[in-house]
Amino acid sequence: MEFLFDLTANGLLVGLMYSLVALGFVLIYKATSVINFAQGDLLMFAGYAAAVMTGGHGMPLWAMVLVLCAGMVVLGFVLERGILRPMVGQPVVSVIMVTIGLSFVLQGLVTIIWGASTRELALPVRFEPYIVGPVYISPINLVAAVIAILFLIGFGVFFTRSRLGVAMRAVADDQQASMVVGIKVPRVFALSWAIAGLAAAAGGIIWGNQIGVDTFLALVGLKVFPVVILGGLDSIGGAIIGGLLMGVIESLAAGYLDPLVGGGTKDFIPYVLMILVLFIRPYGFFGHETIERV
Amino acid sequence: MLRLNNVEVVYDRTILVLRGVSLDVPTGRIVALLGSNGAGKSTTLKTISGILAPERGEVTAGTVELDGVRIDHREPADIVKHGVAQVMEGRRTFQLLTTEENLIAGAHTRRDKARIEQDKDLVYEYFPRLAERRGVKGGYLSGGEQQMLAIGRGLMSSPRILLLDEPSLGLAPMLVEEIFEIVQRLNRDQGMTVLLVEQNAAMALTIAQHGYIMENGRIVLDEDAEVLRNNEDIKEFYLGLSEAGGRRSYRDVKHYRRRKRWLS
Ligand SMILES: Nc1ncnc2c1ncn2[C@@H]1O[C@H](COP(=O)(O)OP(=O)(O)O)[C@@H](O)[C@H]1O
Ligand SMILES: [Mg+2]
Repeated sequence: MEFLFDLTANGLLVGLMYSLVALGFVLIYKATSVINFAQGDLLMFAGYAAAVMTGGHGMPLWAMVLVLCAGMVVLGFVLERGILRPMVGQPVVSVIMVTIGLSFVLQGLVTIIWGASTRELALPVRFEPYIVGPVYISPINLVAAVIAILFLIGFGVFFTRSRLGVAMRAVADDQQASMVVGIKVPRVFALSWAIAGLAAAAGGIIWGNQIGVDTFLALVGLKVFPVVILGGLDSIGGAIIGGLLMGVIESLAAGYLDPLVGGGTKDFIPYVLMILVLFIRPYGFFGHETIERV
Repeated sequence: MLRLNNVEVVYDRTILVLRGVSLDVPTGRIVALLGSNGAGKSTTLKTISGILAPERGEVTAGTVELDGVRIDHREPADIVKHGVAQVMEGRRTFQLLTTEENLIAGAHTRRDKARIEQDKDLVYEYFPRLAERRGVKGGYLSGGEQQMLAIGRGLMSSPRILLLDEPSLGLAPMLVEEIFEIVQRLNRDQGMTVLLVEQNAAMALTIAQHGYIMENGRIVLDEDAEVLRNNEDIKEFYLGLSEAGGRRSYRDVKHYRRRKRWLS
């Protein structure tokens, strides 16, 4: 029973990070209808940049975080402007191909610039777990959760309270009607990529710390797919719940199934689940929130 | 004054939909643009507000001027800032945004917070039902409420001219009357200029001072509302006062009359 608590608690903490990265993905999909296969590679890119900045000559952590966040926002803008905007109006498949292309370009780029060997991304977080009653909590998971929660709250406030946030949701809802009220739709597209860049920065730092920084880091991004399929491609709330679920499922699989079969289940169980969900509810549990009433 | 001068619009670079449309909407007036389905009324409004591009439409000739300034070939956001608010056909309220957020989105081009709040109160004053439902998502409002919200959202940009595309579509007669009354009040009390597109000609001509009739992308008649209300052919075709149905156009009506005279 305590083991179950343990696994669930740590799974939830890890899951919040999945929620955050999935949010970046969902935002782009909602605002621009682009399925971004390069989300994981953005995260990897951020991880590399973070490792390079803190390693060696050692930039202080706060400076690295600032530079990285700013840099990833700029990268988001540049990518949208440079390679996605020219694709507006092209068939969905072509746009998907572009993001897949982007994914490989980013992987190639980081190896050319920074080499293929695994880098360490050290964070000043202690290793020994905190013990809260019966539950052992890993400090890095806690840090990840706090960061994710801060980001999610920040986005929540932005989307409901700010003029630009409301405009972003309006564009996701009805592009032409948004144009009619004077919202500059291309600007909103760019903004959604910038936010995805920001989410990737957070993910890159946390996962880079946990599994080390090399091109495999991009694989974390693939977890976004079961998360968003579970939650619904077009639902922000779904992304958050999907992320939490994914964290818990992985954690439980690692705790209960791995000892039986000798490991590795947590890496494919999410996908099994994704396929099952696709059979039952192709639009996810929270997706397709169109309200039928006119 | 809004002035369209010989405007031509082409969709997909091939389909000529507006074939030289000219019309004037003097400041402070309600002008009706009438015509049957497919005549080009919505295209005319989309031309004015500059949102043809996503439908692959393009203005190939002519000009659109508002108070002497050309607004054709401008960005939609620019046109909104210049004082044009379009309320699209089918309402198009933001379904996942609350009533209040829909209004906030309507004020997107403005930065004057205090005035925005005032205008929001004004919208709630004109549409008390919206005030009651300010926290409800657009998608959960009734058709009539959504139409009110769409108009309210348009007003939030503080426009000089309101373009209304078939506000009566799919609504019960009582509601249509209510909405038209409010449009009339906006015109009277706020001096709001209105270009009103309708298939429901009878209703539109009760509040408009002037009317244009459009067919196949051309203006075929341009008269005072009073004259149109009393025009026999218009009555027969658009106001549904004749028992014979199935005719396709105002021209057909005329033609038919001529033929009838000739036969008898
Ligand atoms: N996006 C489009 N692409 C091609 N043709 C269009 C498009 N929108 C409208 N049309 C055509 O233009 C004509 C006028 O349409 P519209 O302006 O919507 O008429 P109305 O509003 O008077 O019913 C119709 O024949 C319609 O089929
Ligand atoms: Mg129409």
